[in-house]
Amino acid sequence: MSKAPAKTTKPGDAEVTGHEWDGIKEFNNPLPRWWLWTFYVTIVWAIGYTIAYPAWPLLKGATPGILGASTRADVAADIKRFADANAPIEARLVAADLTEIAGDPALASYAANAGKAVFATWCAQCHGAGAGGNVGYPNLLDNDWLWGGDIEAIHTTITHGIRNTESADARYSEMPKFGADGLLEAPQIGEVVHYVLQLSGQAHDAAKAEAGAVVFADNCAACHADDGTGNRDLGAPNLTDAIWLYGGSEATLTETVTNARFGVMPNWSTRLSEAEIRSVAAYVHGLGGGE
Amino acid sequence: MSQTEPSAPLYAAREPVFPRRVKGSFRSLKWWLMGLMLGIYYVTPWIRWDRGPTLPDQAVLLDLANRRFFFFMIEIWPHEFYFVAGLLIMAGLGLFLFTSALGRVWCGYACPQTVWTDLYILVERWIDGDRNARLRLWNQKWSLHKAWLRAVKWTMWLLIAVATGGAWVFYYTDAPTLAVNLAQGTAPFAAYLWIGILTATTFVFGGFMREQMCIYACPWPRIQAAMMDEDTITIGYRDWRGEPRGKHRKAEGAEALGDCIDCMACANVCPMGIDIRDGQQLECITCGLCIDACDEMMDKVGKPRGLVAYMALKDERLERAGGHPTRIWKHMFRPRTLMYFTLWAGIGVALVVALFMRSPFDFSVSPVRNPQYVMLSDGSIRNTYEVRLRNKQPREMTLEISLTNHEDDHDFDGDHGAVQLALEGREANVVTVAPDETLTQRVYVTAPRGTDLADERRSDVRFWLRDVDGTDRVSADSVFNGKDH
Repeated sequence: MSKAPAKTTKPGDAEVTGHEWDGIKEFNNPLPRWWLWTFYVTIVWAIGYTIAYPAWPLLKGATPGILGASTRADVAADIKRFADANAPIEARLVAADLTEIAGDPALASYAANAGKAVFATWCAQCHGAGAGGNVGYPNLLDNDWLWGGDIEAIHTTITHGIRNTESADARYSEMPKFGADGLLEAPQIGEVVHYVLQLSGQAHDAAKAEAGAVVFADNCAACHADDGTGNRDLGAPNLTDAIWLYGGSEATLTETVTNARFGVMPNWSTRLSEAEIRSVAAYVHGLGGGE
Repeated sequence: MSQTEPSAPLYAAREPVFPRRVKGSFRSLKWWLMGLMLGIYYVTPWIRWDRGPTLPDQAVLLDLANRRFFFFMIEIWPHEFYFVAGLLIMAGLGLFLFTSALGRVWCGYACPQTVWTDLYILVERWIDGDRNARLRLWNQKWSLHKAWLRAVKWTMWLLIAVATGGAWVFYYTDAPTLAVNLAQGTAPFAAYLWIGILTATTFVFGGFMREQMCIYACPWPRIQAAMMDEDTITIGYRDWRGEPRGKHRKAEGAEALGDCIDCMACANVCPMGIDIRDGQQLECITCGLCIDACDEMMDKVGKPRGLVAYMALKDERLERAGGHPTRIWKHMFRPRTLMYFTLWAGIGVALVVALFMRSPFDFSVSPVRNPQYVMLSDGSIRNTYEVRLRNKQPREMTLEISLTNHEDDHDFDGDHGAVQLALEGREANVVTVAPDETLTQRVYVTAPRGTDLADERRSDVRFWLRDVDGTDRVSADSVFNGKDH
């Protein structure tokens, strides 16, 4: 092929921009033609683009674009697509008996995965991402349950919550503020705390504990049972085991007896669908503590 | 750019290459190899291999959707990808070995770029004629005749390209099913996309890019230089025999001329468009066609063959001094090639051994770290593990999980029997895993209050997985987190 001499500019016959760095001058050459055309094409393209897609800001919103593109609508369509795909199994999940879910591989798998997502979204804030709980927020992995640990009890707790004002069916009980309301004198509180320390197998003063047994029988046994093992109907904790929601030391127990505790869990029936509640109940039940 | 004089253009247009037809032993070898390799490429996905009802019956299948790689009796799972890595290392070392011994034999005979370009040139010759006809056609102005020839040629190229891309996708899914789906237009989009991509690359690379791929795009020619030495077999021109070259054998002073009759046959057949008489050069893919062309001419003019031949650079000195070249095979055995071969074979043996030592099932154990442990109501400490069981067999397996301390002792420092293992949702410590499936199982290990396991900050434990219906068992090490202190 014949090679045309390149169109280059010799020094002297070219315009320079006047910029100079260490003796190096900048030519004021025109753009290559193809480049210029590319530039015009991009302008045309940009105009077309702003007509086709949402672009020009208006007082409220923006021009919608003739193609009707909307990422918000795309997301909504995606969500709808997944919801439609899940609808049959969710219908089965809602229709099934709660105790049957674990035995049905398809339901169990769906519930465990959906429940995990629900838990991460709504429950992890208090109960922890791993469901290990925190002070005042129960650990859901252990085998100690305030209101019951079978799947039906868990389902009820999630549906209505605990001690909230939103649901009339919320689980409810209230421990009296024995100290603050003057129901017990300070020495009595000290005695009953030592009795509780004794019940749970911790170091205690035997004399105080003996006196505390009487205080316990008169004031506490109605809810926490005569032997201190608690009552799930009232959400009264078992005081004989190793697990403490607020702590089992003498100081913490004194605080608990004096001012009481009033842990609240929201009512989820208005926030989550029945399928979501069932999923997260099955998920929590399958974390190792389920009964 | 130069400041003082107009410089040459930065871009040089391609000089088109029109390789002439050639006959000879290397050309025949290349035809046979092309047939063999294209045969392997097109036939392989259609070979069937019975693996039972649960697994695909395609002998070679890269099942990306189910993350399995099937190769006849071998099945590779994703976590066994080191086999693929090993094979790739072997392929690399194999290339090193062949390059150091035989030069660019891969480029000249086996590289898909070479094979498909060869095929495309064959088609080109059928349609347009041999070198001179093609050159004439190239220089002609566009006419109906030229357009017709171009249309026919490009159509045939395109058909080959579609067949190339079409065959590729059969390696990734069941070939007969996909063939039916493709014919009905119901195949997955990815299949059409890949056929399209590979059709385009084959058409462009084989039809138009050709030698430019080797010269400008491929990194291998650069790397190969590091593998070659003076013992490496390359194609050389015996200039001490051929020069001074000259055409007119009967002309005055012909006696002074060398054997080269300057017929340009070697250059005209070269698919890379070079002249081998200029010496070894980057573009040469050592395909041997110039040897065939020169030998043919030497036979015609009654001169000995081998003016252009496979030879090692070392022989040049010997021959110039009037000696005989070393035999080709003697060049091949030298420390360098033996070292490459040893490495190559070593990895091969290691892979085969690893292949036969694989357990038909295995598992991985990952401790759940959030939280690290759970205290139960009786004060015992429980750890949770996510155990992933893999059944690599085409039959259902019943597997039993058990636990020992890291010295393979069931007696945890005197707490025999106290440490309990339980599986979420199961009565016994036994799991049934479906054929060729993985299963994730939550496993709980509980150490009673006061045991070493519960009180130590961290202890090593070993999980065991046993085939209930057989004798095989495998282990996986993990840790048990005791109470914080």
